[in-house]
Amino acid sequence: YYTTLTSLCDNSTFRWTIKHSFSKKTLAKPGVKNIVLVDGVRTPFLQSGTTYADLMPHDLARAALQGLLNRTGLPKDAVDYIVYGTVIQEVKTSNVAREAALGAGFSDKTPAHTVTMACISSNQAMTTAVGLIAAGQCDAVVAGGVEFMSDVPIRHSRKMRKTMLSLNKAKTLGARLSLLGSIRLAHLSPELPAVAEFSTAETMGHSADRLAAAFGVSRLEQDEFALRSHTLAKKAQDGGMLSDVISFKVPGRDIVSKDNGIRPATMEQLAKLKPAFIKPHGTVTAANSSFLTDGASAVLIMSEEKALAMGYKPKAYLRDFVYVSQDPKDQLLLGPTYATPKVLEKSGLTLNDIDVFEFHEAFAGQIMANLKAMESDWFAQTYMGRKTKVGAPPMEKFNTWGGSLSLGHPFAATGCRLVTTVAHRLQKEGGQYGLVAACAAGGQGHAMVIEAYPQ
Amino acid sequence: MASVRLLVTRSGCTALKAITGHGQRSLSVSSAVLARTHVSYEVKDNVAVVRINDPTSKVNTLGRHMQAELVEVINEIWGNSAVKSAVLISSKPGSFIAGADLNMFQACKTAEEVSYLLQAGQKMFEQIEKSPIPFVAAINGSCLGGGLEFAIACQYRIATKSKKTILGTPEVMLGLLPGAGGTQRLPKMVGLPAAFDMMLTGRNIKADKAKKMGLVHQLVEPLGPGLKSAEERTIEYLEEVAVDFAKGLTGKKVTVEKKKGLMQKVQDFVMGLPPVRKQIYKTVHNKVMKQSKGLYPAPLKIIECVQTGIEKGNAAGYLSESENFGKLAMTSVSRALIGLFYGQVACKKNHFGQPEREVKKLAVLGAGLMGAGIAQVTIDKGVATILKDTTEEGLARGQQQVYKGLNDKTKKKSLTTFERDRIMSLLSGQLDYRGFENADMVIEAVFEDLSIKHKVVKEVEAVIPPHCIFATNTSALPIKDIAAASKRPEKLIGMHYFSPVDKMQLLEIITTSKTSKDTTASAVAVGLKQGKVIIVVGDGPGFYTTRCLAPMLAEAVRALQEGVGPKKLDSLTTGFGFPVGAATLADEVGIDVAAHVAEDLGKAFGTRFGGGNVEVLKMMVQKGFKGRKSGKGCYVYGAKSKEKKVNSGAEDILKSFKLTAPPAVSADEDIQYRLVSRFVNEAVLCLQEGILPDPVQGDIGAVFGLGFPPCLGGPFRFVDSYGADKLVQKMKHFEEAYGNQFTPCQLLLDHAKDSSKRFHK
Repeated sequence: YYTTLTSLCDNSTFRWTIKHSFSKKTLAKPGVKNIVLVDGVRTPFLQSGTTYADLMPHDLARAALQGLLNRTGLPKDAVDYIVYGTVIQEVKTSNVAREAALGAGFSDKTPAHTVTMACISSNQAMTTAVGLIAAGQCDAVVAGGVEFMSDVPIRHSRKMRKTMLSLNKAKTLGARLSLLGSIRLAHLSPELPAVAEFSTAETMGHSADRLAAAFGVSRLEQDEFALRSHTLAKKAQDGGMLSDVISFKVPGRDIVSKDNGIRPATMEQLAKLKPAFIKPHGTVTAANSSFLTDGASAVLIMSEEKALAMGYKPKAYLRDFVYVSQDPKDQLLLGPTYATPKVLEKSGLTLNDIDVFEFHEAFAGQIMANLKAMESDWFAQTYMGRKTKVGAPPMEKFNTWGGSLSLGHPFAATGCRLVTTVAHRLQKEGGQYGLVAACAAGGQGHAMVIEAYPQ
Repeated sequence: MASVRLLVTRSGCTALKAITGHGQRSLSVSSAVLARTHVSYEVKDNVAVVRINDPTSKVNTLGRHMQAELVEVINEIWGNSAVKSAVLISSKPGSFIAGADLNMFQACKTAEEVSYLLQAGQKMFEQIEKSPIPFVAAINGSCLGGGLEFAIACQYRIATKSKKTILGTPEVMLGLLPGAGGTQRLPKMVGLPAAFDMMLTGRNIKADKAKKMGLVHQLVEPLGPGLKSAEERTIEYLEEVAVDFAKGLTGKKVTVEKKKGLMQKVQDFVMGLPPVRKQIYKTVHNKVMKQSKGLYPAPLKIIECVQTGIEKGNAAGYLSESENFGKLAMTSVSRALIGLFYGQVACKKNHFGQPEREVKKLAVLGAGLMGAGIAQVTIDKGVATILKDTTEEGLARGQQQVYKGLNDKTKKKSLTTFERDRIMSLLSGQLDYRGFENADMVIEAVFEDLSIKHKVVKEVEAVIPPHCIFATNTSALPIKDIAAASKRPEKLIGMHYFSPVDKMQLLEIITTSKTSKDTTASAVAVGLKQGKVIIVVGDGPGFYTTRCLAPMLAEAVRALQEGVGPKKLDSLTTGFGFPVGAATLADEVGIDVAAHVAEDLGKAFGTRFGGGNVEVLKMMVQKGFKGRKSGKGCYVYGAKSKEKKVNSGAEDILKSFKLTAPPAVSADEDIQYRLVSRFVNEAVLCLQEGILPDPVQGDIGAVFGLGFPPCLGGPFRFVDSYGADKLVQKMKHFEEAYGNQFTPCQLLLDHAKDSSKRFHK
């Protein structure tokens, strides 16, 4: 099916027909500013510990920002504000937005701040931008996200930190020596950051495995979905669909221009893997989970007026969006289920109106569980206070260029990838509405409706 | 003591025959026709899934019916050549098998009869242990007593990591022992020290601990909601996992034996040495004797059974187990403990119906030990609570107490720090009456002074809504006197908590003649939510508990004046079965409180409450010997050494009040009975006067609130088992020496005259 679709898109006759397929109403609302996505780019997403290993997070973010400048030809002083998302913070660059912007050569008069909201951090960056523009405070905002898992802050133990801080204050040699003498071997064991909920101390993979089990998602279903993601990503990569990816000359290394985590395997190979979190009977494996990734993304968001005034041809309108949150223990990764019906209602749309779905694939099991939850009247009634189910997206419209499982998932960079991909797919496939949905740690979720910009 | 039923088989022989008949395939015809109600099974991929569900109860118990059906089903499975393995699972959320029906033992007349039942159970489990196909026990919820013995007879155990999943052998708490192979299998499974710990304490073991101990092989995470409710889906999932493991066992993909670590190997080696084992038996025996004072026979029998099994082999072990169980079942201690168990169950129910409004917001006045304790157990159950004090200092102390109480739970891992924070967020510490306009119940725990209580009643009634209940936490002031200041006495009730509130299980609720039934229902509902065991008694000075304790403490003071030292007094009382000695108890309660109560109740009840001189207590208070809280009472506290030192200042006071001990009533046993008989007589008088509604609540109140010896089952059961006539005789003997403090009350005299009269059937 995908092949036919892609080939159809190259066909000029089809192009002509899609121009006229905008039969549906526009989602513009009176009194609400039209806000547009001018363009979006990202660095190649690489498995952590590979080519980016020696960089720092702001280096990656800088690459994405420079890429955006190159792609759009935007004057460096035309940007009113920069918002960046990040999850695992490098302590030296806690406002990574500012460090990256300065390094990327943006005007030092352009303020920048960093937001964090787990895997929807760059969604938050984008909606912050939307808010700034809608409120009339800015006209052009760059939003983005960066995640760098090749290096994470590993800390001394609390006791050791306490001793070291006291050491700073100790005035006499005797006081210093006695503090040094208080150090025990156990104090030297480091604290590592974990991809775990602070509130429940459960790692996300563990929660995903339980979620999959709760919805009766089998190992086979998960492996099939993972394989689908890799297969589609490969096809998209080979077919040149992933045009948001920029080439990046990594200092001291080669030029990188492709995501390196796409690995279509066979079902037999996938079946061989042992469960990674719940052992020995769990179903979530390394292959059906998203992997630790380094990467950065950036988008240029403007008011429609400003974009047109600057001569841009916007790619899409950013319309309604919602944030949701629920039980971080048992519904940690069900954000899309909760967010989708809410944002559709807000836009006055139904699931059938949506032409393009881009959901963040944290785990194959998580996606399948969400799809099952969305298909269940019982779940909608019992847990969401809704009369009926919203329905599951049809697979032929769903993540057809791969997803986080295959392309990679640099936590805070994924949101911009999703939105840019929706815009690109709408253009390629000729749809009018797209839907982005994602889950995030903390039991939160997000969804946004995107409308294609008339060609 | 969540649930305590032990395994028994239907009636020995038939059950046995049926079981030993496995391998013959002709058995299934008649049983297949009969519809089963408790046990069902289906075969999935050559795995027989046996589901247990007692339709008549919230928990599964191995009663006659269940037993019979299990035997049938297991035989059918053994007779079915297509079945290669089996999974045993409960369809009930929260209960695997909570044990066997206690009534069966109680129906037995002789020890032999009980032993016979036990032997049948032992053999049944032995059959399962030696089953030709592997059995997997899939455990979700309580797996106790006979349920655990069933599970450990299976080849493999999988348990959910749910909070409700607990494993244990609580038999010892009923004066019994694990009688269906438990004393034989557990030591082999978890090692001698851990097995002793389990069986001698009866403690509940959570799933992850059970895994570490080697009691279960695998853990299954409880699931959240999916396409079915969390509970339903978790059981389904447990079954799916268990079926997989059952298949794995058949296909030899799963091995039962886990690899032993070095420590384990060393321990096994050491335990293999007879002198080492001998030393362990001896150490455990001594420890039990020290803690139980020899008053509880069950722990000693448990040691004996384990020792016999290990040293003389299985056959001797099983025999020892069944025989000793039979003997224990006939002891008064076991009857007393079982009586307490049933009493406790009865006192965990609301007999006053559903209250009109649920208490969703509670306010506690006074952030002292009591107030903060009440606040802690309330927020712990998710009820928003205001903690109000008059000073910032007092409030901070109270809030810290609540925090510490919860934080200690995080250290024990029964609570996560996040859960602790969530619970703490329900507490609002304040100095004013803000928010009282939305309170559904106010519990005051201010200083025990009538005029202060009156002031508080008036202040609070001015700010609370009309439906709000006003509960007063007092240990002795009559509620009607406090209610005299109230404009709405029907909404006023007494709630007497015991310190420390988060540890003591009892709540004594006191109703006046004006208290409405709905107010009572609401107070009971709140108490139950707080996890309390509740007795509801009538109003009067000292209500029930304080009133029983006061004469005993008066007698204790007299004994002290007569020259019995605090240590001697403590050893006499603990030797009788009180968990805390009388002198220590006085220090714990507070000498000032004791003086206060003694004086108040002395005024109310006259010379019957005499004995020791109240001035002794008053003098101690004057000198600052207020008990543990002030660092000095009968003893000196605060020193780090384990040995408690007698407070020489208190000794001096006692010397100045010295009395001569009448030799006829001053032998050790006399002193014990002087103390106990005054307690018991007052309890019986409370029943006679209608302060107490029934003997059950009297026993529960005395044991759970005052530490009356559990092995005696409470004052009323004690009268029944000891004999009212014998007790009256003793009291008359004491009466001759001391006067009316020992005059038996009418109801006690009635029971003494007619031996067929008993408080408990």
